[in-house]
Parts: sequence; structure tokens; C-alpha cells
Amino acid sequence: MCTYITHKVEVEGSAKGSNGWFPTTEASVYLDHPVHAPYEHSLNIDFLNQAMGPSFRVAVELNPKDAVQLARAILEIVETFNDLVES
Amino acid sequence: MAKYDKVMAETVFFPGANGDVIEGYFARPLGPGPYGSVVVIHHMPGYDQGTKEITRKFAANGYLALLPNLYYREAPGAEPDDASATARAQGGVPDERLVGDVDGASNFLKLQANSNSKVGVIGYCSGGRQTFLAACSLKLDAAVDCYGAFVVADPPEGAPLKVKSLMGKAANLSAPLLGLFGKEDSYPSPDEVKVLDDELTKLGKEHEFHIYEGAGHAFFATDRPSYRVEAANDGWQKIWAFYAKHLS
Repeated sequence: MCTYITHKVEVEGSAKGSNGWFPTTEASVYLDHPVHAPYEHSLNIDFLNQAMGPSFRVAVELNPKDAVQLARAILEIVETFNDLVES
Repeated sequence: MAKYDKVMAETVFFPGANGDVIEGYFARPLGPGPYGSVVVIHHMPGYDQGTKEITRKFAANGYLALLPNLYYREAPGAEPDDASATARAQGGVPDERLVGDVDGASNFLKLQANSNSKVGVIGYCSGGRQTFLAACSLKLDAAVDCYGAFVVADPPEGAPLKVKSLMGKAANLSAPLLGLFGKEDSYPSPDEVKVLDDELTKLGKEHEFHIYEGAGHAFFATDRPSYRVEAANDGWQKIWAFYAKHLS
């Protein structure tokens, strides 16, 4: 299955890739065949800075069940500093 | 196969759509030929080692084979997975550019001294759809669609690919078409394959479709868990027979 379904999110922050730290501008989130992870499908996230070039990418390919746990963990932590998120 | 089986594989540059010079991986037998040719269209994950291996396989079996790097413009020199992510983020390869790149690859192959001037095309995953597109847009001698989605139906809502169904172009199919699909695939589903099969029959277009039990998407990909050895082995036999018939 190639779902091709991709969510693109503007993400300001930094990521550390093969060229060291760089500023991120967006993230792509999608379910598709992984390049490396040993699953038929994985939940993939690419942190990108397209203006800097294709190599400025930090990629993860996650077991979809674990990705759900990760998403919950992020939301739980974010709830503890709601004031920062909403400001 | 002839006893003389020396092959050569290397990176080349050739003019694609709009005359843009793009990268390709060219594998060919070194005998005098004349040989048929195959344009290999890579899958969504890009111009990777697995698809280069497929390109060499065509050379080892007596075909001149050229694999265009469809993401070269967006990501020259990048790792295939980075290039693929960039192309995905930008909405994939535009159809018009794809046709121009395949045309350029076809012309490159026909100009080789040991070419017999017959050119087929084969593509995997997104390349399966692009194979159908190329065969409906260019004069080719044979086409092999390996599990190409979005030939019959548009991509789902939210998909990044800026492409549409190709059913409106089916009447222009210029070459015999071999289709190899997995019964457990959703993109394309067996129902979609049936719709295409029926449409091509109605149009009187020569085609041969096989749907493999126990196989899903990407069953030819030997470096992925989706690999299904029985389907892939039988699929390769079908490809050799089809190209022997149409590219000799």
C-alpha cells in the first residue's frame, strides 16, 4: 500500500541531521513503505528545510503503534505547559 | 542467452523534458546486438539501489536499459531517500515532465550503436502509473505496469501528488501493455485493475494482466518485507516473454 496521504505541518525549530544542526521549516507526516524500518508500512516523519536543500532532512520511520504512543506522549507533555503553546 | 554476457553499467547524463540534462543509470550488454531497449521508471522511493539492480538485470538479460533519475531536478546529488522526501513534499513529478523525460531516455537508447530501435518501458509503484502515462503519450513498443495506482481513480483527498486518473488517455495507448498486480494491494485494488482491464478490452487495446494471490504492493522489491518470491519470479518470467515478443 502506498497511501500517498501526507500531512504537511509548518514546524519552526531545529533538527540535527548529517550536516549538523539546522532550522526546520516544516514536517511531512505520512504512512508508507519505509526505506529502512523492518515493516511493510511505517509512520514516517520528515523534518525539512526545503530552502536549504534535500539533505537538510531528519527522518524517522516508526512502528505505527509506537507512533501513536509517541503522539500521546507529546500531547500529555504539551498539556503541562499549555500557556506556552497558546501564547 | 548468448555465451558472451559482458555488461556495463554507469551513470550518464542525457536531455529530458524541456531539454534539461538529467542523470540516468545506463546498463547494457556489450555485444554487437542489435538489442531491444527498456526505460526503467523508478518507484516513489526514488532512484535507489533496488531499482539500479533491476536496471542491471535487464542488461544481463540482453536489453539496453536506462533508469532516469526523475528527482534529479529537485535534488541533484542527494541520497535517494532525501530526494524522494523532497519530491513528495513538492507534490511528486509533474506528468508533462515525466513524459518528456521518458521520451529523452527513449531517444538516448535508440541512438546506441547496438540498439534495434525498439523501446519498451517498465515502472513500479508510482512508476507503474507513469508507465501507462508514457505509453499513452509516446510511441513505444511495449509497456509493463507493475502495481501502478491512480490510473483508474484520482489520488485520495489529502494526497500530496498533483496527479489525476489516466482513464481519459486510455484510447491513446500506443503499445501492448503487461500489468502485474497483487491481490492484496489497495493502490491499485483488484477492483481498479478490473476496471482498467475492461476499458482496454472495450477499446481493443492489446493487454495482459496478472493478479497474484498472496502478494500486495511492491512484491518485486527484494529489499523490502513486501517481497513475494513466487509472484516476483513468475512476474519476471512474464516480463521476459512479453519483451521477447515485442522488443526483438
